[in-house]
Parts: sequence; structure tokens; C-alpha cells
Amino acid sequence: MTVTAHWEHFPHQADIGVRGLGATLEQAYEQAALALTAVITDLADVAPEEMIRLSCEAPDAELLLVDWLNSLIYEMVTRNMLFSRFEVHLEGNRLTAQAWGEALDVARHHPAVEVKGATYTALKVAQQPDGGWLAQCVVDV
Amino acid sequence: MGVNSLSTNSQAFNNINKGFAMDLTLFERKSEFEWHIKPFGKMHVPGVIFASETLLREMDAKVYEQVTNVAMLPGIVNASWAMPDAHWGYGFPIGGVAAFDADAGGVVSAGGVGFDISCGVRTLLTGLHVEDIDRVKMRLADALYHTIPAGMGSTGTIRLDAAEMDRMLRGGAHWAVERGFGTAADLERIEEGGCMKGADPGQVSEQAKKRQRDEMGTLGSGNHYLEIQQVTDVYAPEIAAAFGVKPGDIVVSIHCGSRGLGHQIGTEFLKRMVLAAPGYGIALPDRELACAPIASPLGQEYLGAMRAAINCALANRQILTHLTRQVFSQVLPQARLPLLYDVSHNTCKVEEHKVDGRTKKLYVHRKGATRAFGPGHPDLPHELRNSGQPVLIGGSMGTSSYILAGTEQGMQHAFGSACHGAGRAMSRHQALRNWNGRHIVDDLAGHGILIRSPSMRGVAEEAPGAYKDVSAVVDAADNAGLARKVARVVPLICIKG
Repeated sequence: MTVTAHWEHFPHQADIGVRGLGATLEQAYEQAALALTAVITDLADVAPEEMIRLSCEAPDAELLLVDWLNSLIYEMVTRNMLFSRFEVHLEGNRLTAQAWGEALDVARHHPAVEVKGATYTALKVAQQPDGGWLAQCVVDV
Repeated sequence: MGVNSLSTNSQAFNNINKGFAMDLTLFERKSEFEWHIKPFGKMHVPGVIFASETLLREMDAKVYEQVTNVAMLPGIVNASWAMPDAHWGYGFPIGGVAAFDADAGGVVSAGGVGFDISCGVRTLLTGLHVEDIDRVKMRLADALYHTIPAGMGSTGTIRLDAAEMDRMLRGGAHWAVERGFGTAADLERIEEGGCMKGADPGQVSEQAKKRQRDEMGTLGSGNHYLEIQQVTDVYAPEIAAAFGVKPGDIVVSIHCGSRGLGHQIGTEFLKRMVLAAPGYGIALPDRELACAPIASPLGQEYLGAMRAAINCALANRQILTHLTRQVFSQVLPQARLPLLYDVSHNTCKVEEHKVDGRTKKLYVHRKGATRAFGPGHPDLPHELRNSGQPVLIGGSMGTSSYILAGTEQGMQHAFGSACHGAGRAMSRHQALRNWNGRHIVDDLAGHGILIRSPSMRGVAEEAPGAYKDVSAVVDAADNAGLARKVARVVPLICIKG
């Protein structure tokens, strides 16, 4: 059975968890990034107009997820952008990605919160019994 | 591509670790409000939770796990404490207090301070009464919302070049006052006199500084706010008089932190400490407890960067104070807004405390906990020396906040620490399922509370009902002797990020 890529939020008492699921680890990272944007605003309202490239590296797949999300948080804040489409490529422990999005427009996006950082809480990157991949952690808002 | 909408994404909520209620048989009840966990396994010291039976019963069982994990860290002194508002945090519980001795291999923990370094509350007096506000309430709310940058993507009007950024990171509120934001009288009403010593801007990455570029003098989002509040009750008239508050008074409270700079420092050092811990021979029970020996280069680098972030938070609150005073000078020109006090919640500070009858220099971590120095403490300004330090406890937007005072007893209990707020009772996810932001705003308006926010979803996530009963938390802190209840305030206007 093919695993359908999708994302979820999961609860944490003070903050919120982001979870990406996909047929590949790359897809799971991409979906986790969508879940991150969805913490802030409705994904459907973010036009994938402008593309940026980013990369990061970490000793293992879990630390890499945290780095990936933190790189995105940094780009969001310093570029004042939101992203709604992602393409992730993995080579060993190195992640390179393209992210598409647009400038944050407070009147249109009504950002619910800004995300301070991705955390190591409820951090898990693993292959699932169905063969698909899961990538999740709690983000501090 | 499977894109879920948040409102229909309920399955995720139902099948995840919701947390479990606390098992009271795990504790030895030392007094009505003090619950001990005897050291077991790798714990060096006991765990202690200050709470009423009801609050403890309702606490997430994760707090127990996190309190005991902190007790395993090297060089911890006396106990791993949790305040009555404790809830599930990152490594440390939010509401956690732990002190470490550098001479005993003690550590400094980026997780024990948190992402929003020196997030805190300050309260300004106004000399106004509730009837002074009534006539201009709407105008005041709109003017504040117009002037105070709030929410994601809002920017301040101050841009710092590299040299000025470093001066700000060294000088904190001192720097802000030198630049015309507030007065010298404000400084003695801020912890550390408004300037955290030992800050090292050289340890703050270019990324962290870049993240702060547009964020000086901004409120942030989440649970951060600026509130106009009315004093409703006074419980300790003598202390209240020393603090300058009486029933009917109007005060202003500002809750925010070190903004992007602090978040980036937290992120970077958390990772560096996770990677470095094995090299220091530290086995972390939880990665989020990432720490380094105080005596190590990494420990010292973190302390230098973290202190710079404390100064960033103090400068930020000082600029917001200046903006608030500007608004009042237009709307209510007769008002003067002196600072009552400014407290920080997420810090590691070097303090002297009595341990087994001897004075020791300790590195006290407070993660979602307030410093609460008792009467006579040399760090308090002269006018507050007899009353103890003001301890400012923020509630949620529809309920109360409290002003407490540090006590002599509290200095013995948890090295002069108290709770910091109500603490969430419910996840943001659940809050969104339960409430609609617009309805909350309308409902509170019906109760005379004006909310101004760029995001109705943000308002729903911060719904008053998503928080614990702040009164129960404050009563427990008072009863446990951590701090003494002085006054209760309720919001009239709330600017929410």
C-alpha cells in the first residue's frame, strides 16, 4: 500500500507538536514543514510565489529534523515570509531544500503565533510498520 | 498532497500522548503545600513540588518525570523544585527551579533557561483611578494597539547597527535609558539594576543578531501581552502601600521577552550542548536537558550569550514602556507612569544563598519561575527593602493577575523563587476546538474588557479557559510561603500579539 503524504498537529500542554508522514524520509520532512506553517496560518492562504534555497546538516535524522525546522523558522523571521511548498533532498546527513512562499501579510494571513524554535521534545524520526516515514517534534510558540 | 485543515484534524488530538494525571502515592507530603520525591536511581537530590493537593492532582505526570530528571544533573544543590503552576516543559518543567554549584561540577543548561530568555513581566503605576480610564477606554485601547508592535511580522521603529547592537546587549535597560527610552529612576526597579553583568555580545551569533534586527521594541505573540489593569483587592495593606497600589488604581503590565535574539541563542546552544554532553561525560536523561559544566568553555560561552539576551529583554521592555508612556501622554496627559518592578522568568543567575548554614555562590536556573527575594535582600532598592521584592504574576486575558512579595521563608524554600503565571491547562489545539476568537473578544467586551489583537485564532488559542485558575496557583504559592499575596488586578484593556 502506498503511504499518502500528510501532516498533523499533536497537542503539547504549552505548545504544539508538528508531525509529517510520507512514503520517504524526504516527504516526511516536507510534510513536517507544512505542519510548521499551519501552526501560524492557513496553508491555503500562502501563495508559493517566491523560492528560496536552504541547507543544514546534523549527526542523525532526528537532530536533522530539528535543524531543518529551525532553518525554516530563521528564514521566515529574517525574510518576513511564510512558506507553503517544500522540496527536500537528502544526502546522508545533509539536507538541501527549496521552499516556496510569499511575504507575510498580517491583514491576510492573521498569524496566530510566531514560532520561537523547534525542540527536542516528543522528537521522533522513524520508519513506520506500513513502510512510510514519520518525522515529528514539539515547537515552542 | 494531503493538506489537513486544523479544524478537521481531530484524529491527531485524540490519539496522542495527552499526558496523564499525577499519581499522589509517588510523593511524601511534607506539609500541606510541599510534596517530596525521595531520590532514587541517578537522582542526586530530592524533587519537591509546591502545590495544593488539587493542583498537584491535576498536574501532568510529565512534571514528575521532568523534576526527577533535573535532579540527576551534576552539581545540583538541595533539590529540584517545581512551583504551583508547573507544567510539561522542555527538559525542565515550566515552573522549574534548580541551582548548581560550579565547584561541585555543576552545570548550566540552555534547556533549563528556555528559548525565550528573560521573558518577564513589568508593571507600571499610573496614579489614575478606574473612573479616569472609563471615558477614554476605547481611545486608549486603539492608541496602544496602534503604537505597540504586536504579533508575528510586526516590526519596531528602532534599527541598530552592529556596534549599537553590541552596546544594547551589554547595557540592557541602561542602554535604553541612555537612548532616551525611560528614566534613570526606572533602573533601580529592574532586577540587576537593569543591566545584567557578564554579557558577552561576542558569543551571540550573527544569525541571532540578524533575527533581532527589526524586533527591538516589539511585543511578540503567544502568551505575551500589554494590559491596562485595575487593582480590585489588597491583601497586605502595608506592603501594598510600599508598592504604591490601592483598590481602584490603574496599572499597566507588559509581558514579553528577548524576542528573536533570545530564541536563536536558545536554539543554537541547545544543539551545541546536546552534541557536547557526551564529551563532558554527562549522560542526559532527556536531550532537552542539554547542559555543559559551568567551568567549561561552552558553559562560559552560553552564560555570556544568555546574559546578552537578558539585556535584550530588559531593553525591549524598556522601549515598550517608553511607547506606553507616549500613548498615555496623548490620551491621559495627567498620568505619570513610574515602574513598580520588572521580573524575569527564564534565566540562570549567579546568586548567593545559604546552604547548610554557609553562604554559597550558586547558578540558579528559573524556567518559568520568578525570582522572589525576601525583605532585607541587598539587591532590592531602598524603598522596597522592608517589603520584599514585588513578584508579578500574569493571568490569562479574561481573568486576574496578582502582585505578590518575596518572603524570608521563600528564601529558604527554593532559593527565593515563586510561580510565574497561571500555566496552561489545555493545549492550543484543544483551545481552538473549544473556542472562537471573535466570540471571546465580544464576550470579554461585554464584561468591560477590550481585546486588541491581529489574530482571532491567536485569541482563541489563548482563551482564558485554556489556562489554570491563576487564583489557585497564587494561593498555593502564598500558603507554601514562597511569596506573599499583596494585590489582585483585573484587565480592562489587553493588547495581544
